[in-house]
Amino acid sequence: MHPVLATVIQRLGLGILTLFLVSIIIFSAIEFLPGDFGQAILGQSATKETVAAFRRELGLDMPAYIRYFDWVGSVMTGDLGTSFSGRVSSGGEDRSRAVAELIAPRLWNTLFLAGLTAIIAVPLALLLGVTAALYRNSLYDRAVNAITLTTISFPEFFVAYLLILFFASLYHVFPSLANVSADTPLMERIYRSALPSLTLTLVIVAHMMRMTRAAIINLLASPYIEMAQLKGISKMNVILRHALPNAWAPIVNVIAFNLAYLVVGVVVVEVVFVYPGIGQLMVDAVTTRDIPVVQACALIFAATYILLNLLADIISIITNPRLLHPR
Amino acid sequence: MSDTEQTYSAAGEVGQVRARRTFGQRVWLGLKKAPVSAWFGMIVIAFYMIVAIFAPLIAPYGEAKIFPQPFAPWGGDFLFGTDQLGRDVLTRLVYGARNTVGIAVATTLLSFGIGGGLGLAAAISRGWVDQILSRFVDVLMAIPSLIFALMLLSIFGSSVLNLIIIIAVLDATRVFRLTRAVSMNVVVMDFVEAARLRGEGLAWVMRREILPNIMPPLVAEFGLRFCFVFLTIAALSFLGVGIQPPTADWGSMVRENASLIQFAQYDITAALTPLLPAAAIALLTVAVNFVVDWFLHKTSGLRDEH
Repeated sequence: MHPVLATVIQRLGLGILTLFLVSIIIFSAIEFLPGDFGQAILGQSATKETVAAFRRELGLDMPAYIRYFDWVGSVMTGDLGTSFSGRVSSGGEDRSRAVAELIAPRLWNTLFLAGLTAIIAVPLALLLGVTAALYRNSLYDRAVNAITLTTISFPEFFVAYLLILFFASLYHVFPSLANVSADTPLMERIYRSALPSLTLTLVIVAHMMRMTRAAIINLLASPYIEMAQLKGISKMNVILRHALPNAWAPIVNVIAFNLAYLVVGVVVVEVVFVYPGIGQLMVDAVTTRDIPVVQACALIFAATYILLNLLADIISIITNPRLLHPR
Repeated sequence: MSDTEQTYSAAGEVGQVRARRTFGQRVWLGLKKAPVSAWFGMIVIAFYMIVAIFAPLIAPYGEAKIFPQPFAPWGGDFLFGTDQLGRDVLTRLVYGARNTVGIAVATTLLSFGIGGGLGLAAAISRGWVDQILSRFVDVLMAIPSLIFALMLLSIFGSSVLNLIIIIAVLDATRVFRLTRAVSMNVVVMDFVEAARLRGEGLAWVMRREILPNIMPPLVAEFGLRFCFVFLTIAALSFLGVGIQPPTADWGSMVRENASLIQFAQYDITAALTPLLPAAAIALLTVAVNFVVDWFLHKTSGLRDEH
């Protein structure tokens, strides 16, 4: 078997194993609930019978491993369970909603925001990183470095509110609330998501740019680059044709890491801009302790995170020239 | 007056041991060479520490004292106005230094206790202990920590103690990785082997043989982890699931006063009120980063290029 294929298969296997273990951790969340949880959810006035009915409804009267496979099975088929709020056992008619139904439109919104940010941030970071490496120690390089170091240390909500202050409050360029819905036209949607995605861009560009710069500068010291320079080709060509192909692995890794970070960063940014995404849903669910929703959101976030890291691993393997041409 | 002082011998001067510098002198010498950014960072950190320690003396009012006028403008009795319930913003900022920073420091210390201890133990004992711990940490690190923290908080409820324990355990995974990696290089050295052959126990080897040799990267990491923990706690409090009212805390202060931003055109100071605690968070993180940068540069020669 081709060594690249073997490594890729091995990584895939490891990724699936991780996903499996993570799903167990997220599932067992419900096991660690304090004993009076039913009481806490249903309120002080709940009778013993309703609490018991609630526990039966959660399936807490069955062994854990059976419930785990039930849960995984239904997750696979797209059934993420039902939300705690508005259950039958809490009295009144059945107003509970399926978690999948709650999540689906919001997940799409979040993916849109993350995608929009990635489209802006990744090329920008690569451009800044390559040019900073090209003109290193120049004024330009120092300025870019200083700015990125500052934005790295800022909390997301600080960046977000600064942007709101300047672009929404003082000068009405963009709306400060990003209330999009399913039938918002694309351009309108982009316009409304401008500030949230700008915030996320500022936060992740810094990291990616610094890593790109470091990866390229690291390579510039190697003999084959010196050889290329001695041949007399232009600086730009040295970097693009000779340094960059070998720098892809670390760069792709940091890009994936930051896209994965994006998935987490959206939580805070969505809350600031009241963007109807999955992050906001999760925070709301945490405050009301709506465990099925929290679990579903956590599972989606974790799976995205793992898949992105896995993808980065695989890309860095298949772009590695040393592995592609084995002796 | 004796004559001995007059006699001079070249051999005597050469043989004379140069006066050893005291620890204080060496620290001062190192500090004198520190760049402006590091000095700036250290002054900011010292300022925060003073504010945090002497909060009750500095703050003009009580932490949760409510005045009749909510959202009072800046100036007058209230330097930075009052918040949505009528509490003095300056007072809350000062107490926030104590609460937010204090909780972050406690969390970082706990996470270094757990992560550092287990990391050292894994590096020394190797074998199955190392394997189990490392694989466990791998799985924990596969879940983004903010998401994991949110999930755990929804299960155990948001109290300060839960917050500290949850963040510390999640953050300990990173500390574990670093400690294990750096101490792996030290564990294979002869003096560690000698100590083990001498019959020293695990705790002794950890504390006396390995720890002194891995201190610089750990100290730098402490600064970076502190920033991360500090930002995570601020983010959680901002989301309303971290430090709970009436405790003054910078993250929740931003959220509570956020609506003031829309009045920027009429009163710019009002719009700045929610930005004050956010800026306080940002300033401390930048300061710690500056100091850590300098420290890393100085101790490990970990440089960007050349």
